[in-house]
Amino acid sequence: MNEPPGYPSRRSFLKATAAGFALTGIAASAQAQTAEPPPPLEEYEPEYFTAEEWAFIMAATARLIPSEGDGPGALECRVPVFIDRQLAGDYGSADDWYMVGPHVPDADPQLGWQTPLDPAQVYREGIMAFDIWCEQQHGANFAALTPEQQDAALVSLQEGEVALQPEIRDFFNLLLANTKEGYFADPIYGGNYGMQSWVYIGFPGARAAFREWAGRHNEPYPLGPVSISGERA
Amino acid sequence: MAREEQKKDVVIVGLGWTGSILGMELAQEGLDIVALERGPDQDTVPDFKYPNMIDELRYGVRTKLMQQPSQQTLTIRRTLDETALPYRKLGSFLPGNGVGGAGTHWNGLNWRPQEVELKLRSYVTENWGEDIIPEDMLLGDYPVTYDELEPHFDRFEYVAGISGQAGNLNGRTVAGGNPFEGWRSRDFPMPPMQATWDGTKFGEAAAAMGYHPFPAPAGIASTAYVNEYGMQMGPCNFCGFCERFGCYQYSKSSPQTAILDALKRQPNFSYRTHSEVLRVEMAEDGKTARGVTYFDEEAQEEVFQPADIVILASYQLNNAHLLLLSGIGEPYNPSTGEGVTGKSYAYQMNGGISLFFKDEHFNPFVGHGANGMALDDFGMNNIDFGTEGFIGGAYWRAGTFNGQPIRSMRLPGGTPGWGAGWKAGIKEWYGHSMSMGSHGSHMAYRHNYVDLDPTYKDRHGRPLMRLTFNWHDNDLRMNQFMKEKMEPLAASMNPDSMGVGFKGPGAQYDVRPYQTTHNTGGYIMSENPQEGVVNRYCQTWDAHNVFVTGAGNFVQNTQYNPTGLVGGLAYWTAEAIRTQYLSNPRPLV
Repeated sequence: MNEPPGYPSRRSFLKATAAGFALTGIAASAQAQTAEPPPPLEEYEPEYFTAEEWAFIMAATARLIPSEGDGPGALECRVPVFIDRQLAGDYGSADDWYMVGPHVPDADPQLGWQTPLDPAQVYREGIMAFDIWCEQQHGANFAALTPEQQDAALVSLQEGEVALQPEIRDFFNLLLANTKEGYFADPIYGGNYGMQSWVYIGFPGARAAFREWAGRHNEPYPLGPVSISGERA
Repeated sequence: MAREEQKKDVVIVGLGWTGSILGMELAQEGLDIVALERGPDQDTVPDFKYPNMIDELRYGVRTKLMQQPSQQTLTIRRTLDETALPYRKLGSFLPGNGVGGAGTHWNGLNWRPQEVELKLRSYVTENWGEDIIPEDMLLGDYPVTYDELEPHFDRFEYVAGISGQAGNLNGRTVAGGNPFEGWRSRDFPMPPMQATWDGTKFGEAAAAMGYHPFPAPAGIASTAYVNEYGMQMGPCNFCGFCERFGCYQYSKSSPQTAILDALKRQPNFSYRTHSEVLRVEMAEDGKTARGVTYFDEEAQEEVFQPADIVILASYQLNNAHLLLLSGIGEPYNPSTGEGVTGKSYAYQMNGGISLFFKDEHFNPFVGHGANGMALDDFGMNNIDFGTEGFIGGAYWRAGTFNGQPIRSMRLPGGTPGWGAGWKAGIKEWYGHSMSMGSHGSHMAYRHNYVDLDPTYKDRHGRPLMRLTFNWHDNDLRMNQFMKEKMEPLAASMNPDSMGVGFKGPGAQYDVRPYQTTHNTGGYIMSENPQEGVVNRYCQTWDAHNVFVTGAGNFVQNTQYNPTGLVGGLAYWTAEAIRTQYLSNPRPLV
């Protein structure tokens, strides 16, 4: 194949690569983490949740992705902030969905989302109903239970043993899905603080350039993640 | 009273792959053309630029490049006895939106159908007799042959910029390609993409079993490339953000990388975005269309756009909806079998196996939408339908699309879905697994169809389209056959564990999980007006100046991803309009 006009010679390419490598090295070491640490979760002022709901979300996400053991938990990743911001935004109000009636909330689940409620409303009503159930079963609302009781209650919720109205039957699935989203999404959405989940599993985030890696088989990738806003970890 | 725009020679509805192709081809004839696009304008820069596009939540999970149900959706039921309910939130399939259409967010898996797939009814009856065709299957021949379409498949591949390895050059088998493919008049425009570790392992295991693996044909540039319109592509960097995303690299075949910038320079072509076509307006005699009425989002009013030729080039679902709303073709009635519009909706029958290797590194974030190795040893033309008890086939492929952790977190069976066990599992298994998939055909059936819903309306007050669809035994049996064949291959690779996912007998259609955006049929091609909506040139039988493109033309779905056939048919239609219709507008059949 003929080289097209303006194609750099091998020599200039090598020079450019050396310079580029040096620059990359400097950039990597000079890059600082986000300067201003965000407020602790206890001091965060929710955009959507009430104080009681916030206590529930803190407690529930802490059991869904616990802090103990290897790797960050939902709280270290600030997953509650992610969920709050999602519900305060267009996702919470189902702006993109077709929400016109008539609604058949008890339809076969395989026909998908059929409740008249949007995700934010499902959370509000779901938390209320689940807390009432926790009071009846365990004598206290969810946030006040021991971790073991909380896990048992979440299992009951997941298994459909908590009698919920069909309008909020998807509450657990929504909570779990949004918790994982907040754990793994880019930090611009308020969760995955410091890209900790990406570091933990080995996902390089927004690097999005791996041409030479297609043929490097069965070899661990060495670089840590970058985020959309330019953080490195 | 709708505002009326100045008359055009051609109005094109939708500016995706087929709208861009028809626009470009007809602009070269000197025709005055306007394309109406429901969604926003979008281009590589600024809309797909790095790093903003590298956002799994926004585009992968919240599907912000897609048609949103609040704007347009349909209702779905599985049987005639069920009440159809709205597809309120995207799941099973993801129709595109905006300039570029589904060509913006697809994976780039570009295939040609097999010769036998285009003449499937004849192939089946000649080899096994009519008796093997299930009573409710609407098995048909396409009114066009592979040989007739070959130059147009070739043209589309060279415009779109497809990377691959020919296996059949003019009837001669070429080592390293797919020996079972239809003949090619020349090799692919670009050499195949390099396969990542998972695809390579799969290829080696398949070859050891006597199969014939080859690099999957990819609408992904393996080299720098310039097509006939002067459009340039750059080589893919395996960024791992293909499906559901716009390509920031000018590497994925799309209307943006292959056609649009050249098309926009044609002085006789223009396009209007945020212009949702509501219906085709028919002339008094009912034999021709006068133009289309659309909703101008900016002006918040209906506009009539007169034109001599109307081309419905939007997505299959929307084209079918417009035909039903405009009264083009008799609506199909499943009870009597009469009528044509809405008939023969089909989908895709897929399954797969996950394999876990705790000591191997797959780097799943290194990939692209058409990555890996494929095989066609269980394709349509390799199966004895009489012996196996089904009509169908599938290709298999292994190669990571992406390693985006929200949606691509494969975990071995028995791993908890949350809690300490889940958290330990994601560390242990992320990057230490691979998968192989079977991508199979789907036949058309008497009770899988679309019509207008009696209850639900869209924001313009039009009835939503209603989809009646369920899985059928024939295709589920095909899927189970693939499972039985694939399990030994997977086992031969000695994984630590495997997860097998193939729908089987009794499976009901579930709209929630993503399956595939390969919705086909509804306005099929046919030899005569009693059997389909359009003739062999994709011209409607009802109105000779209305042409309809896209996978809705498929008589039944093939075992492959639809884009290669959609693109080939678009060039075939363009040629018919250029060489036969313009000089003498009339029914071409």
